[in-house]
Amino acid sequence: MNNYQLPSYGRILPRCILAAVAAVFMPAALHAGATIHFAGPAGGAELDFTKKVAEEWAQKTGNTVQMISRPNDTTQALQQFQQYWSARSGDVDVYQVDVIWQGICAPHAVDLKKYYKDDELSQYFPRIIENDTVKGKLVSIPWFVDAGILYYRTDLLKKYGYTGPPKTWEELAEMAKKIQDGERKDGKSDFYGFVFQGKSSETVTCDAIEWVVSFGGGTIIEPDKKISINNPNAIKALETAKSWVGTIAPSGVVTYDEEPSRNVWQSGNAAFMRNWPYAYALGQDPKSPISGKFDVTVLPKGGADGKNAACLGGWQLMVSAYSKNADVAADLVKFLSSPEIQKRRAIELSQLPTRPSLYTDSDILAKNGWFKNMTEVLPNAVARPSTVTGADYNQISTAFFQNVNQVLSGTESAQDAVKNVEKVGKRLMH
Amino acid sequence: MIKEIDLYARQKRLAWFLIAPSVLVVLIIIAYPTIQVFVYSFMKYKLDGVTPPSFVGLDNYSFVLTDPDWWSAVINTLIFTFVSVILESVLGLAIAMVANSKFKGRTILRVAILVPWAIPTVVSSKVWQWMVNDIYGVINIVLADLHIIPQKIAWLATPATALPVIIAVDVWKATPFMALLLLAGLQLIPKDLYEAGSIDGANKVRQFWAITLPLVTPTLLVALVFRTLDALRVFDIFYVMVGGKGGLETMAVYNQQQLVSFLDAGVGSATSVIILIVIMLFVILYTRFSRTSFE
Repeated sequence: MNNYQLPSYGRILPRCILAAVAAVFMPAALHAGATIHFAGPAGGAELDFTKKVAEEWAQKTGNTVQMISRPNDTTQALQQFQQYWSARSGDVDVYQVDVIWQGICAPHAVDLKKYYKDDELSQYFPRIIENDTVKGKLVSIPWFVDAGILYYRTDLLKKYGYTGPPKTWEELAEMAKKIQDGERKDGKSDFYGFVFQGKSSETVTCDAIEWVVSFGGGTIIEPDKKISINNPNAIKALETAKSWVGTIAPSGVVTYDEEPSRNVWQSGNAAFMRNWPYAYALGQDPKSPISGKFDVTVLPKGGADGKNAACLGGWQLMVSAYSKNADVAADLVKFLSSPEIQKRRAIELSQLPTRPSLYTDSDILAKNGWFKNMTEVLPNAVARPSTVTGADYNQISTAFFQNVNQVLSGTESAQDAVKNVEKVGKRLMH
Repeated sequence: MIKEIDLYARQKRLAWFLIAPSVLVVLIIIAYPTIQVFVYSFMKYKLDGVTPPSFVGLDNYSFVLTDPDWWSAVINTLIFTFVSVILESVLGLAIAMVANSKFKGRTILRVAILVPWAIPTVVSSKVWQWMVNDIYGVINIVLADLHIIPQKIAWLATPATALPVIIAVDVWKATPFMALLLLAGLQLIPKDLYEAGSIDGANKVRQFWAITLPLVTPTLLVALVFRTLDALRVFDIFYVMVGGKGGLETMAVYNQQQLVSFLDAGVGSATSVIILIVIMLFVILYTRFSRTSFE
């Protein structure tokens, strides 16, 4: 009765398979370019800028860039990346990596030497290329460099009769106290003399190594593997910093990393701030209350015979050894660290280029005149002991930042703190 | 007779067949990882993808047990657990009794008390962190404006103020859970007991001690076990509010640091085993205690 025929499986099955195969392979055939997954900046103006320039590269090359989000906190970001790496995951092709991670990154990175000629590499700061080279392998390429600098309010210094920024930490404390007392008398009850980063994380490692080096107390573990932190100068440095908390700096400074300290500073509630260069462009924004009212300089010396110390920071670009598109990824890395992009980065984000030649560029200097002072700071910037400790850096830094934070919080003496760090150092370096 | 045995054997085979998938799942997702953790705890095993693991005996255990940071983490966890669980039980019972009495808007109240419990801990911890911010936090501003505190306090700066704040946040968050469980217990108490009580001249206070409390105790014990085991494993509140601060770690934060920050699967696994033992001790204590109270 029913005359219509059911289609036989013999005829329909091959078609299904064909359709399925086509569905899997067609998109690849249609999009000639690769998709590069980039774990770049965590957010803010840096992420917007990176997205913009990465899109330009994508347009030019016919590839796609997909940004991968990461935690803002350096230590937490590293933890996330390490999970990708120990799983040998190819889900991320390009990582933005910290200057201190090179020993940890090395086994998981593509050697970038094959993508660069020697004369191309010599255009970067030799100091940073050296830092990024682990056992002959170029783990990553410098993207921008950071160094701790002192921000100071020119209007307030003038108001309280100072002609220039402080030369030593003692002077800074004195000036900060006078300005803070004066401003509070004028009704600004939330005004503080000095803000910095005291949070128990990598951020206070940077601040504290500057204090310790400025007092001549060494760099925790010296390049020759000697554990140097337990010395009177280091103790003096930590005690000096402790004396600021609750007097010229808010007690809460021990919970601040970069952004909370910048919030206090940029709302006009601090006379001095220690921070990275990124805060300059944000502070000079026309909408900022302190626009045009501040300047930057080198961090003070620890006493008259101390020295100016700036912690070397900065971010590099690394291509994952597990990437399926390493050549394309390396092309993106080359593009992002090219002189043109670094120049735009310097102008738009006030971040320091990794190419010395850009420090004499007239366009950059017109926007950021203070860059020319940085050529004195950068060659002497203090590296954290990440090269000598390699993959164990996180452990020594954790011991250091936890103990320093406890000194600042008043729950541990500086003597005990340096002893504890020394103990961890000895266990790691045995 | 023979047929019956056959049938029994067949049913038994069917039973095994039916539970096999569950047994397999339990073996794969519980037994295998647990055994793996025990095995790793005796090994030097760095998760850097470079160093091969090697057997080191009890080294990892002796490292953890001689680490002062570990013991400070244990003390913090115990203080946190005892104080927060006691406060949550008392407040939870009070709220449950209010929610159990008849009044207008009771349903709205029952829903409202659940709100803190419904918010993810990471979110509420972050919100509280902003609220107790030293300069811009609403708590400091209100307290300073009302002249309750002479100057703004950096609540999370030292363990002396941070631990009470964290406990307060946990109490705010977990009390609804206690209240909900205890409300279920209260609703099981027959109303005629209270009628009989008032006929015999027992006032409300007497009724509470003689009727409510004894009859809600079994529920209270179950709720206590849940909350205590939860509190002993506390991680998120501490990690978000004071993450990584020395002297303010809990057992779980210490464990996370060894395993995730330092990628040390050996020490991390040993820590997990020790935490397991500590929690087992509490379970044994509770079961002992609840048995004697019922016999």
